[in-house]
Amino acid sequence: MRFKFLKIYTILFTTGFFVVGCSTDEKQKVTTMTQLVMQDEFDTAGAPNNALWSYNIGTGSNGWGNNELEYYTNRPQNIKVEDGMLKITAIRELYMGSGYTSARIHSMGKFEQKHGRFEARIKMPYGKGLWPAFWLLGANSNTVSWPQCGEVDIMEYLGSNPTSIFGTLHGPGYSGANAITKNYTLSNNRFDTDFHIFGIEWGEDYINYYVDDVLYNQITPAKVPGEWVFNQPFYIILNLAVGGNYPGSPNSETVFPQTMLIDYVRVYQ
Amino acid sequence: MKNSKINYIKNSSLLALFLLFNVSCDRDLSEDATLSTYSKNGEVFIDAFSAGLGYGAFGGSKYSAFTVDSEVKYAGTSSMRFDVPSVGDPDGAYAGGVFIDGSGRNLTDFDALTFWVKASHAATLNEVGFGTDFGLNKYKVAFQNVPIDTNWKKIIIPIPDASKLIQEKGMFWYSEGPENGLGYTFWIDNVRYEKLGTIAHGQASIMNGNTASETTFVGVTSQVDGVIATFNMPNGINQYITISPAYLNFISSNPAVATVNSSGVITSLSAGTTIITATINGTPTTGSLTINCAGVFTHSPVPTLNQANVISIFSNAYTNVPVNYYNGYWAPWQTTLSNDFSVQGDNVLNYTVFNFVGIEFSSPTINATSMTHFHLDAFIPGTIAPGRQLRVIVVDFGADGVYGGGDDTRHSTTFTAPFLVSQNWMSIEIPFSAMPNLISRSHLAQIILEGGDNSVIYADNIYFHN
Repeated sequence: MRFKFLKIYTILFTTGFFVVGCSTDEKQKVTTMTQLVMQDEFDTAGAPNNALWSYNIGTGSNGWGNNELEYYTNRPQNIKVEDGMLKITAIRELYMGSGYTSARIHSMGKFEQKHGRFEARIKMPYGKGLWPAFWLLGANSNTVSWPQCGEVDIMEYLGSNPTSIFGTLHGPGYSGANAITKNYTLSNNRFDTDFHIFGIEWGEDYINYYVDDVLYNQITPAKVPGEWVFNQPFYIILNLAVGGNYPGSPNSETVFPQTMLIDYVRVYQ
Repeated sequence: MKNSKINYIKNSSLLALFLLFNVSCDRDLSEDATLSTYSKNGEVFIDAFSAGLGYGAFGGSKYSAFTVDSEVKYAGTSSMRFDVPSVGDPDGAYAGGVFIDGSGRNLTDFDALTFWVKASHAATLNEVGFGTDFGLNKYKVAFQNVPIDTNWKKIIIPIPDASKLIQEKGMFWYSEGPENGLGYTFWIDNVRYEKLGTIAHGQASIMNGNTASETTFVGVTSQVDGVIATFNMPNGINQYITISPAYLNFISSNPAVATVNSSGVITSLSAGTTIITATINGTPTTGSLTINCAGVFTHSPVPTLNQANVISIFSNAYTNVPVNYYNGYWAPWQTTLSNDFSVQGDNVLNYTVFNFVGIEFSSPTINATSMTHFHLDAFIPGTIAPGRQLRVIVVDFGADGVYGGGDDTRHSTTFTAPFLVSQNWMSIEIPFSAMPNLISRSHLAQIILEGGDNSVIYADNIYFHN
């Protein structure tokens, strides 16, 4: 995997981070924050730890704003901790008027933090219409309308494009189709065949995006055409969406059920 | 759009022209030789034949279709050029051939065959793949109906299970006919095996994904077929390829009834039922084949007449005349399927879902003026319902020797119980003297069986005699 660095070194020199060969997932010299402040290793089988996580249930409004097709539940067939992993499973079934079920959890009111390093180790599902994400929303999202609250998409992935993920920033004046985004593509690997680490390192005036040991983007206030709204606490969301404006609907080739496997979520200062 | 379906497997055995094969001379392997010594070179054709590579054209194809072209190329100095003939080209009906490394190569480190292709016109390439070697074609892979056009594009053909390819000779093969009757040219370049790491989620089906079943007898061999594999490609699209059964691993749920070998050949051993299933890279396939072995087969009576007294249509006892087909699949009303089998060297016509079926032997027709009788052995495994008929129709095409033309004649003979019995061979003998509606027997061309109830009937020893 070392040669991947060659493809991205052009952006590295603008950031000052120089990546030198690391051979395992555990070594990450792209990051500097090492003081662990929160971790969920998903080692206790059963439902996700409710001291940390809450469920979003249902379809939101307009399919969570994206015309998504799934109904989110807290049923164990859609979400459970097992084998040392959090498993979020999308199922093709008729349930509460939706054609698919899946799950979405968040840490609002339970874990919120301003700045830090947020990362998760995830193995993706695959197939057209699958849309897993690991992302942050401003803790004021219930009182300030989106996108003023800010949204940090640490990782979004489309099952129809198994070699790429996206890291995106939404804020006032740069949201939706105008969000600040960059994708990262594996050259000889896929995101649905093994676990990969997705993270950001977020400081006063920057957000660095990394995958495994590769830093692939840095977004600073100078790069956003609007207010920088990322100096307040944010909370974490993990979900597996099905269908919607971004991925399009599943097709006849999409295999269900599909599971997003999360090995851990860790936050550092 | 294709005008002709090329069955290259048939053609390969008819190979007439075979260009130089770089097979090294037969040396004795040293004591130290091991399988791992086969070349792991992944390059097939970059700018020239890779070491050890040879080319052979399929029989019936245009042998001159393949040339090396230094004008058109994707990269480097040359490409492989294929000139597909137009319909009617006296040099051959299609372009097709095999690139073989006669020593075999170890492809276990790779996960795909890749190449670049472009064409003089947008076209649909019939078949490309690897694993054909003018031998057993044990690990054949076919990627069919590949859309190509005037721009270079990269084609990726997944290796279903590379661990099987420790000495593969068939590096690349292709077969393409005219497009709407017209020939055209396509070029292929940079053919190589690669380890992409971006192909995943291989799945496969046997029996085309159906829950199939087959009735057999002790000693009958059956074949798992309809093996289709799909792989999720780097672009997220599922790509379907037709693969040899040998890429799968098979299991028989009851090996006492039937065993299955690594190539999907099933041998029935004793009465009972077993289910044949398969896995690919450890993942269960869809589809299965249930073998219902009925026990020891009751062979048809062995004919006793001399060959000189017989004109045989179907019998292991005689040399048979040329037969166009043993099942014409006459649309639209015929339901009858053929599932012919062989028990200990005795071939039997096995008509399933039988309502009616035609056997034709019109090229040439048979002159049976010296014969006196028609003979057919039939066996109905199921029960005989009240009123059940079996009608045997002998057809003569008349002086013009072809179907129709106003001179065809036929006679239908009806058999009913008590002659019709279940579970016993019925030897049908019909003298021509009892077929008054058959005006001539000098241009006999068809035997038609009618009166089926959509069950099974076996037929054997079909001949005219005196």
